[in-house]
Amino acid sequence: MSVLKITDLSIALPQGADRGFAVQQCSYEIAAGEILCVVGESGSGKSMTANALMGLLPEGVSVAGGTAYFGGKDILTVSEAEQRALRGDRIAMIFQEPMTALNPLMRIGDQIAEVFEAHKRHRPAERRQKALELIREVQLPDPEKIVRAYPFQLSGGQRQRAMIAMALALEPELLIADEPTTALDVTTQAQILKLILDLRERRGMAVMFITHDFGVVAEIADRVIVMRYGEIVERGSAVEVLENPQHDYTKRLLAAIPSGLVPASTEVAKAPALEIRNLKKTYRIGGGLFRDARVVQAINDVSLTIARGEVLGLVGESGSGKSTLGRAVVRLVTPESGEIIVSGTDMAALGEAELRAVRYKVQMVFQDPYASLNPRHRVMRALTDGPIAKGVAKEKARERARALMETVGLGADAVERYPHEFSGGQRQRIGIARALAMDPELIIADEAVSALDVSIQAQVLDLLRDLRRRFDLSILFITHDLRVAAQLCDRIAVMQKGKLVEIGPVSEVFLNPQHSYTQTLLAAVPGGGWGKAAQ
Amino acid sequence: MAIAVAIFSRLLKAAITLLAIAILNFFLVHAAPGDPATVLAGEAGAADPQMIADLKARFGLDQPFYIQLARYVGNIMTLDLGYSFRQGQPVLDLIMERLPATLILTLTAFWISLLAGVALGVAASARVGKFTDTLITGAALLFYATPLYWAALMAVLVFSVQLGWLPGFGYETVGSGYGGLARAWDILKHLILPALTLGLFFMAVYMRMTRASMLEVAQQDFVKTAKAKGLAPSIIRRRHILRNALLPVVTLAGLQAGQLVGGAVLTETVFAWPGIGRLMFESLAARDYNTILGVFLVSAAMVIVFNIITDLVYRLIDPRIGQKA
Repeated sequence: MSVLKITDLSIALPQGADRGFAVQQCSYEIAAGEILCVVGESGSGKSMTANALMGLLPEGVSVAGGTAYFGGKDILTVSEAEQRALRGDRIAMIFQEPMTALNPLMRIGDQIAEVFEAHKRHRPAERRQKALELIREVQLPDPEKIVRAYPFQLSGGQRQRAMIAMALALEPELLIADEPTTALDVTTQAQILKLILDLRERRGMAVMFITHDFGVVAEIADRVIVMRYGEIVERGSAVEVLENPQHDYTKRLLAAIPSGLVPASTEVAKAPALEIRNLKKTYRIGGGLFRDARVVQAINDVSLTIARGEVLGLVGESGSGKSTLGRAVVRLVTPESGEIIVSGTDMAALGEAELRAVRYKVQMVFQDPYASLNPRHRVMRALTDGPIAKGVAKEKARERARALMETVGLGADAVERYPHEFSGGQRQRIGIARALAMDPELIIADEAVSALDVSIQAQVLDLLRDLRRRFDLSILFITHDLRVAAQLCDRIAVMQKGKLVEIGPVSEVFLNPQHSYTQTLLAAVPGGGWGKAAQ
Repeated sequence: MAIAVAIFSRLLKAAITLLAIAILNFFLVHAAPGDPATVLAGEAGAADPQMIADLKARFGLDQPFYIQLARYVGNIMTLDLGYSFRQGQPVLDLIMERLPATLILTLTAFWISLLAGVALGVAASARVGKFTDTLITGAALLFYATPLYWAALMAVLVFSVQLGWLPGFGYETVGSGYGGLARAWDILKHLILPALTLGLFFMAVYMRMTRASMLEVAQQDFVKTAKAKGLAPSIIRRRHILRNALLPVVTLAGLQAGQLVGGAVLTETVFAWPGIGRLMFESLAARDYNTILGVFLVSAAMVIVFNIITDLVYRLIDPRIGQKA
């Protein structure tokens, strides 16, 4: 028996968009107690369907045709009032960004109780009690305290649990989850996925789970739909789609996922490109005349080396200090003590002026390709400003810029264009070219492929591998994604709460992790079993 | 507890700031050429050295500079703001006499502008792009662009001279002998024109800020969450959007509140309102240094007091301030 039956759904985009329809002629059903995963890359239209069902389409976007039957009615054509009555009651939704999805000025308990108020259930005193029960059900710690807490006092995972509690309040028949774990750490993601599976079991609700991550699909899906450019290109049971994909696009997506295969480490016993010794960085948060500051040890006595030509993966969850370490090496952050030795120079000990002279030695590739290039500068300027400041002749720098654009696969003529003319993946290539332009001793890639779709991610990783071979690059590759780390790196360093807990060749760390935290991290990778099966 | 500590800490800082301001004022006044003795003697038309020396001795101006400073600081510590020789009254009495009139005017204008501004801003944002929005935004632009003195004069011309509805100047009817409620009513009638004129400009500022802030907050994720709960639009607007949108408005209101004492000079002058602003204006013209220093100090104290109040209000509406997880 299907809870929701969508037939020939089309959603029109406003004029001037890159295509006419966000979603075109889509039909599918979800049965009670079933988890349907809708998979696709950004821009595939996977979230638009969910928004249409909830009546939350953005301005200018409208349903152009088709029906969506839920509880005997086409919920796309019912009045706004009827739609509002369904929302939060029989259909509930959770969103991607737990950090921003809660009202910062309202207590968690009030925000949950609000769902009852919206649908006029229970008396005010009972609502609070019910909120407390829900908080208990989603396994938030210390429910009495959480009820009175404000969102900023909760971690990302806890906020997502609070969101789920809200969604479950009126026992919906259908839960729409729009990338609910994408913004979370692997271990937190694993817990949330387990919670959703548990709740499905207990409540028998249907779940429409939107994701771009096949690992997550392998973990929870009963059935899968793959979307591209607003159309469904493949559908089937989770096993069918994952093990025996029919459509080329699905095959490419699956092939693009960094596999669990661990490459043999290359021998890298040369002189070190980077040597970090006993590095420490402490942050003081808050504090004032009468209050004690909270002290966070972002980097707590970390020592490691990267050999010339080596790629060292630095993995850890958010708050582990991995990004701070990267920023300390480029001296965007000044450490309190310890040494950062790059080709004989201790970067940590230099003053401002001396630092400027040697800064080119370490270059950084940032996470967000949209924010890391100045939108008003042509690519040529982005690639030549640094070298010219370093003393390279202007003509030479320009020549080099053209050559580098060729190297990263964008073509020499692209230097005359502005960043907005490039896609995210292409911008990341420009970011890499910019780093290379300085002829650095070391490149720090901070989550450099995390913001990209899997197929684009695979291309950028290929590029990095290729460059590394051609130019004998040393890279500190910072990532939260263990699969990605396994693909590119020679050795892996694992950080937890500012400490380096494990470091070793990829195969050692992945196949025979020593530290319990590394084991937890590896166990939390979604679709772990499926990844191994693919070997 | 946290609030008590915060208030105490702020008061301590405020006292230090105030002292620094007082000393700075003292230097400023003394850096200006001439001194009250010379001015007074000059105005008397008989500038014989003996008289100037007598005056100097009377004002304590014959003492070494550091002693004058020490004496001044000592005096203000005991709330002694000196004596206005021009007005023949202690400065503190002068200020306390004028302060209520100014506060009645500026506080009324403040609340009118804040409440009307926020209400209009919410109304405009709810119908963005429609006729109501255009009308409100247009009117706000007009108020914003009109010079205060011109609006004040026009108000007097229209409502007082032509229509005769409201009195055009003064604080109350002189010699009316009203008492109690009748007097309050009389003051209220005198208050309407100056308060509205003063309030219109800031109303326009609050309206624009509220509108922009409401539209921005409406785009945020938690508003989508609220919609997904099935809440009615009016509740979403009031509980989720407005509360968050008010944060920047409160910041601005706090800044404006700091000018409550000194910011009405123009209005007080046009409407012959016997407040601090006019006192300052008159004292400046007459080089009545003790009074000027006194007004400066009281204005500075008011800025600090309203800053503290703003911070406390902020704490009340934004839980993220003052406590960390």
